[in-house]
Amino acid sequence: MTAHQPIDALKALFKVSSVDLQVGDTQVSRDLAFEVFPGEMTAILGRNGVGKSTLLSCLAGLPRGVMTGDILLGNKNYAQWGDRAAACWRGWLAQKQQDQFSATVLETVISGRHPHLNRWTWESSDDQALAMASLSAVGMDDFAERDVLTLSGGERQRVAVATILTQNPSLYFMDEPLAHLDLNHQIEVLELMRTRARKERVSCIMVLHEPGLAHRYCDSALLLFGEGEWQYGSVSSMLTAENLSRLYGYPLVQIERADANGQMQRWFVPA
Amino acid sequence: MTSPQRLLLLFIALVLLALGAIAVGLSVGSVKMPFADVVAGLMDPNAPSAAVIRDLRLPRTLAAFGCGGLLALAGALMQVLLRNPLADPYILGISGGAGVGALLAIFFGLGVAGLNGFAFAGALLAILIVFGLAHGDGSWTQTRLLLTGVMVAAGCGAVITLLLSIAPEERLRGMLFWLMGDFSQGVNPTYALIGMVGIGLLTAPLARDLNVLIRGNDTAKALGVSVSFVRIAVYLLASMATAVSVTTAGSVGFVGLVIPHLTRMFVGNDQRILLPTSMLAGGIFLVLADTLARLLIAPQQLPVGVVTALIGVPVFLYLLNRTRYQ
Repeated sequence: MTAHQPIDALKALFKVSSVDLQVGDTQVSRDLAFEVFPGEMTAILGRNGVGKSTLLSCLAGLPRGVMTGDILLGNKNYAQWGDRAAACWRGWLAQKQQDQFSATVLETVISGRHPHLNRWTWESSDDQALAMASLSAVGMDDFAERDVLTLSGGERQRVAVATILTQNPSLYFMDEPLAHLDLNHQIEVLELMRTRARKERVSCIMVLHEPGLAHRYCDSALLLFGEGEWQYGSVSSMLTAENLSRLYGYPLVQIERADANGQMQRWFVPA
Repeated sequence: MTSPQRLLLLFIALVLLALGAIAVGLSVGSVKMPFADVVAGLMDPNAPSAAVIRDLRLPRTLAAFGCGGLLALAGALMQVLLRNPLADPYILGISGGAGVGALLAIFFGLGVAGLNGFAFAGALLAILIVFGLAHGDGSWTQTRLLLTGVMVAAGCGAVITLLLSIAPEERLRGMLFWLMGDFSQGVNPTYALIGMVGIGLLTAPLARDLNVLIRGNDTAKALGVSVSFVRIAVYLLASMATAVSVTTAGSVGFVGLVIPHLTRMFVGNDQRILLPTSMLAGGIFLVLADTLARLLIAPQQLPVGVVTALIGVPVFLYLLNRTRYQ
């Protein structure tokens, strides 16, 4: 089974249509629809408790609450793919890593190869090399033999990112990939994902809390306002002071400046 | 890193150790016997030592090996299933159910066949009740499974105490020995050995799934594990292993909790290696513990469960302190 079958760049990799999602008393989305194309980076933003993680899990094929509507990965839904085949296509980064038992960092990262291996196959030296390369990509190559239980929050988060890189999917679902990371590592992870998106045409849907970073690194944004209301569009149309002030329920001011390449960056600060 | 070669080496080493432990178990007992007579008794049914070796020591030693293997395997599986290092084979009430069955059989004076039948039926009933209640709406979380099992175990514990308090004096000793785990009453090793090999083989294709499952249900599903199927399979395999062991020798304590941890300290937590090595280590440990149970206050015998705890607790605490194991 190969992870990357030839992708038609003009066809959506991932299609969501008329998705209604309710969890408990919270209506997360009503009639949600959007598409993700190969190489596209999408940010999901919204207030705490509005259902960002819940929606992301559902989109990644991990059922939550009551959902109706269609979610298509390629041309099939998750049930049609089956657990293992779907896992060769899409990865999911959990918001929290829950380790109960000791394991080395390398053992943890190489678990990303699980869907690519047959039931009786052990990880090959190629798999191990891929895991080491992923660790190296997040700057954790010196930690391969460390016990995951001894890592700091930020180190553990980078190990989790390395694990999903080792899984090597075409579509990444990342729930707060920047959690616990200091500023330089936040940028490092976002640069890493954007480079993969541009070079390998993988797509990424991530929950972010910093609209400035979303504007700088993502192509499109999905805003969840609560009560099932949402807006979806390009980052430049979605991430405006007006929209975000309403989204977070606090007045924000937009600051613009050009970066070294002349690209306009937008930052938002509380008024 | 782990590899099939490492598994093979560890497996062969443990099989050799197991054969050694079984030889010790056969050679030692209240009747002193040179090793040549032990071998003669095994080989030749007409040798003078044949009766002691073939009818007493061999079934007992093999039963201890099988039960130790089943309990250690069940413990390792339960620890993954519940994602809890404190889980053991008895945590979900299987031994409690078997205990109620066994004590009822002793209470009503049924023979060995009745005792085993009642104990196994009790274990199966506990497995079904816990599964049925915890599965409920299909969303059986670790916490729900754990709480349901612990409650069923507590209920069984109350019934066991009730039976102990109303049982006639002369049956109490048999009941207590059963509860502590005991190989002295004409054990039959057949089911334990078949169970050990069969359940051991059935867990093999699931082992890498378990490596992923231990990192959480959602993470496992995102990595392609059919989580519901694997969890039900693991629950049933661990439960059957426990039920067979408990039916054979009562609730021998400690093996199922400690052996997986001890083994993990030496071989790591790759389930493909941990499950078979734990199983063999559990068998070896229980054979040696039962040998001591026969020896310590010979010609009288201790229940093997006493010995497993008396050896296991200090060894475990020592290793826990020595290694940087968490």
